Amino acid sequence: MNVNWFLIVSALIFCLGAVGVLVRRNPLVVLLCLELMLNAGNLALIGFSRMWGGTDGQIFAIVVMVVAACEVTIGLGIVVALFRRRLPIDVDELRELQG
Amino acid sequence: MSLTTSAWLVLALPLAGMLVIALGARLWRGAVAGWLGTLAIALAFVFAVITFVKLQARPEDAKVATSSLWDLANVAGVHIRLGIYVDPLSVLMILVVSGVSALIHLYSVGYMRSDAGYTRFFAYLNFFVFSMLLLVLAGNLVLLIVGWAFVGAASYMLISYWYRRTTATKAGIKAFVINVVGDVGLVLGTFFIFKHAHVLDYGPLFKSVHVAFSKNESDLVIGMLLILVGAFAKSAQIPFHTWLPDAMEGPTPVSSLIHAATMVTAGVYLIGRLHPLFEWAPTAADVGAIVGALTLLVAGTIGLAVTDLKRVIAYSTMSQIGYMIMGVSSAAYVGAFFHLTTHAFFKALLFMAAGSIIAAMGNEQSLDKMRGFKRAMPFTFWCFIIGGLALSAFPLMSGFFSKDDLLYLIADRGGWYWALYVAGYVGSLFTVIYTWRLIFRAFWGEPVEQALELEHGHLWHAPHPFNPANGELEDTEVGFPGPDHHIAEQSWQMKAAMSVLALLSIVAGVLELPFNITDALGKFLEPTFADSIVLHPENNSLEAVGLVLSSIIAIGGIWAAHVIWVQRPGTSARILERTRPLYELFVNKWYFDELIELVVVRPFAWFGRWGRDTFERIFVDGALVGGTSGIVRAGSAAVRALQTGLLRSYAGLVVAGLAAVVLYFLIRAA
Amino acid sequence: MAFFFFLFAIIALAGAVGVVVLRNPFYCVLALVVHLIALALLFLLLEAQFVAAAQIVVYAGAVMVLYVFVVAYVGGGDKPRPLWRASAKQRALAVGFGVALFIELAIALLGTGLQALSTHGAHVGLDYGSPGTIGAQLLTTYLFPFEVASFLLLAAAVGAVALAGRRGGLEDDDLPVAPEHGDFVAAPRSAATGTMAEGVAGYGITTPMPDPQQDDRELRETEPFERPLPETVEPPA
Repeated sequence: MNVNWFLIVSALIFCLGAVGVLVRRNPLVVLLCLELMLNAGNLALIGFSRMWGGTDGQIFAIVVMVVAACEVTIGLGIVVALFRRRLPIDVDELRELQG
Repeated sequence: MSLTTSAWLVLALPLAGMLVIALGARLWRGAVAGWLGTLAIALAFVFAVITFVKLQARPEDAKVATSSLWDLANVAGVHIRLGIYVDPLSVLMILVVSGVSALIHLYSVGYMRSDAGYTRFFAYLNFFVFSMLLLVLAGNLVLLIVGWAFVGAASYMLISYWYRRTTATKAGIKAFVINVVGDVGLVLGTFFIFKHAHVLDYGPLFKSVHVAFSKNESDLVIGMLLILVGAFAKSAQIPFHTWLPDAMEGPTPVSSLIHAATMVTAGVYLIGRLHPLFEWAPTAADVGAIVGALTLLVAGTIGLAVTDLKRVIAYSTMSQIGYMIMGVSSAAYVGAFFHLTTHAFFKALLFMAAGSIIAAMGNEQSLDKMRGFKRAMPFTFWCFIIGGLALSAFPLMSGFFSKDDLLYLIADRGGWYWALYVAGYVGSLFTVIYTWRLIFRAFWGEPVEQALELEHGHLWHAPHPFNPANGELEDTEVGFPGPDHHIAEQSWQMKAAMSVLALLSIVAGVLELPFNITDALGKFLEPTFADSIVLHPENNSLEAVGLVLSSIIAIGGIWAAHVIWVQRPGTSARILERTRPLYELFVNKWYFDELIELVVVRPFAWFGRWGRDTFERIFVDGALVGGTSGIVRAGSAAVRALQTGLLRSYAGLVVAGLAAVVLYFLIRAA
Repeated sequence: MAFFFFLFAIIALAGAVGVVVLRNPFYCVLALVVHLIALALLFLLLEAQFVAAAQIVVYAGAVMVLYVFVVAYVGGGDKPRPLWRASAKQRALAVGFGVALFIELAIALLGTGLQALSTHGAHVGLDYGSPGTIGAQLLTTYLFPFEVASFLLLAAAVGAVALAGRRGGLEDDDLPVAPEHGDFVAAPRSAATGTMAEGVAGYGITTPMPDPQQDDRELRETEPFERPLPETVEPPA
């Protein structure tokens, strides 16, 4: 078992998350897929941290988790605000920033 | 005070007058501006006389003085000073210009009294006098050109003085455009001279002419021809003359000052001043002489046919200037400048008198409508008689002596100049006839209603003011002539000015009597023209012949005119019928306006239209502006197409980009 | 060891696939929770105890609970009659991108792309990955990122409050901005307020364009000072 396997798993999860972002239309699910990608990154970080033997990667991963939490907070807040204004909860229809 | 100081003062006083009048325009009530202007020019005349006296006091070989205030430019071999050149010729010119201008200012104080733009008029008039004096006193070609341009500008401002009249503004533009054509010629001519001589100041230039150029060298001839273009445009010679009759749209004092006595003589002065160059390029001088001769003949014939009073006098001016140009190009300097002086007197007088009678007619200028003013306006009548006699070269009047001196000196050169001599006398016959046609038609015969009213003591006024040129109804506010008219009989300023000029028209012949009885002018001008290489041998018999011929023409012409227009009315109509084609030619001014319209104006207008419709539309708007903006727009449209607003397409682009970058690094590392 | 790795990896992948594929967003959230727990176990395999615990407590615990609340509030499921559906081609393209990315990464990892990967890992002590070690690092070497991260949390909290707060009094919060049929794109927009649609399509999308013909003024051929002639006037004879 070497670090390569963890990295392959991480890459797989990352790509799954990317595909999910591209394919799903519900913004909540899009955010979930973003979480997937972030976690994939976390896994890679922890793996590399173990490889080098230092704790830097783990600390990086903790900070990533903090960022993800903040992002989720705001993102869900936006979705709730959208819902409260009776706007459609659909990324394809929220297109005002076009042109 | 030195000679040059008084000369500078001559120049400075009209400028100061203009500035005072213009800057304080709100302050001057009533006729104050008029008196200020007249005072400025009168003082300038006083200093001109002082300059003259000082110049006479100098020894014979020191009759030239230059003075320079500062350097205008001194770069790349071009050294231009703000300097004046005081010699007999320029002193003669400043005497004539300031003297006649002072009298015309005095006349205008009365004539323009009821005009709403009174102050503006005198500011412009002072500016004009300053410009003319600058032109005449300039010490180098560049300052001459500056004065030349200023004079053109002043002429434009004064011709379109009644600026609400469309005829006046059009005439002003026409005058200015033709003058600019002349200016271009003048400047290009200067370049040609400078190219070889490398100096622009008169003194060094004249000394170096024989060295810098060979006789009749092509560059010199071309340069002098271009300068002639300038002279012709300013002096209204063919083919640049079409502006002068239209310039009669300006008020009468303007016509009198600018278009009779001073500005139009600038061309004569130019040729006289540059005479060393002209004599060294005989081809150009000959061209000048021929054009002068043609002009005097053509203008004379037109004067026989037109019926607008001021225009007859304008064509007469053109004709007399033709004499002067002919003379000065044939090296008959004394004669030409003598005629310039006397012409200034009697032509200004004629215009002033014309202004008086037009005022009596309520701004109507057509001879067809005037008749029988002899009893109603005696003073004006006698001014016309005196001016007319002088113009027709009646024996013992000033014009008699000056015209004869001119023509005699031309014939003295022999050879083909005899043709010019003959042309001069033929023109003289025309002059007599059209002058007396004018006088007999306006003053003899059954008085018209305006004259009858005047005999009862009050001026006739039209119920509604009309533009005499095209009959459109006018206002009498700013930009139009005022509601009142002023005639000489009722205005002492006008009378005073006209009296002085009448006196001068009679006695000025004394300056240069034939057979060298007096040779005041000749001796005075001799230092200037001492370097002339053309010889004028004495020929008393020729002079005598000329005098007799002139007398016969004058007296015979007056008698003939009297028969045609007074004794047997209807004769002129019969002559007109028999010579209908000629009459048509003359009345249409030899179709010069139409010719210029066809040859110059239409091609330019066509070019402008083509430029606007084709070039501007297709190349500039379409390709240059439209093309570049179209490219930008297309680019931005392409980029804009990415901005769909769809989250997923953006995310897709991000992933695709990421994949591309990773691919790139993979390939590089491999 | 390897067995546990494969077990947890397969569970993580199954959870990930579930997130992407499941229709009901609630199920997606649950799938993610499973994924997160599996990932935490993978962290344990990598001797990152503290991070694994944090993952469970923070991520799977707090963040996912928040998600559950929001999904319950908002609901989910794709609405019927959407305006724009991604066509099959676009879906395929999306999947294609993902697959391409994965293949590249795999090549990078397994091939000779990344030279520095060592297969055994460094020799670490017993307290590697313990809270003490992490804490010591956070408070010494990584003090600044630690503080900045707390600021970030503060900002997010403030933002969340601002997003959720009511404006003014107890007015009706659910202001219907969009028309009932949900056609937000075609809703009338006020003119010249800088909406993107106007910026693209031009000024005339909301108000009519000014007519260039009316604005064109030729140079007048007529006199500038025209007055009608009064009827009783005749020019003097």
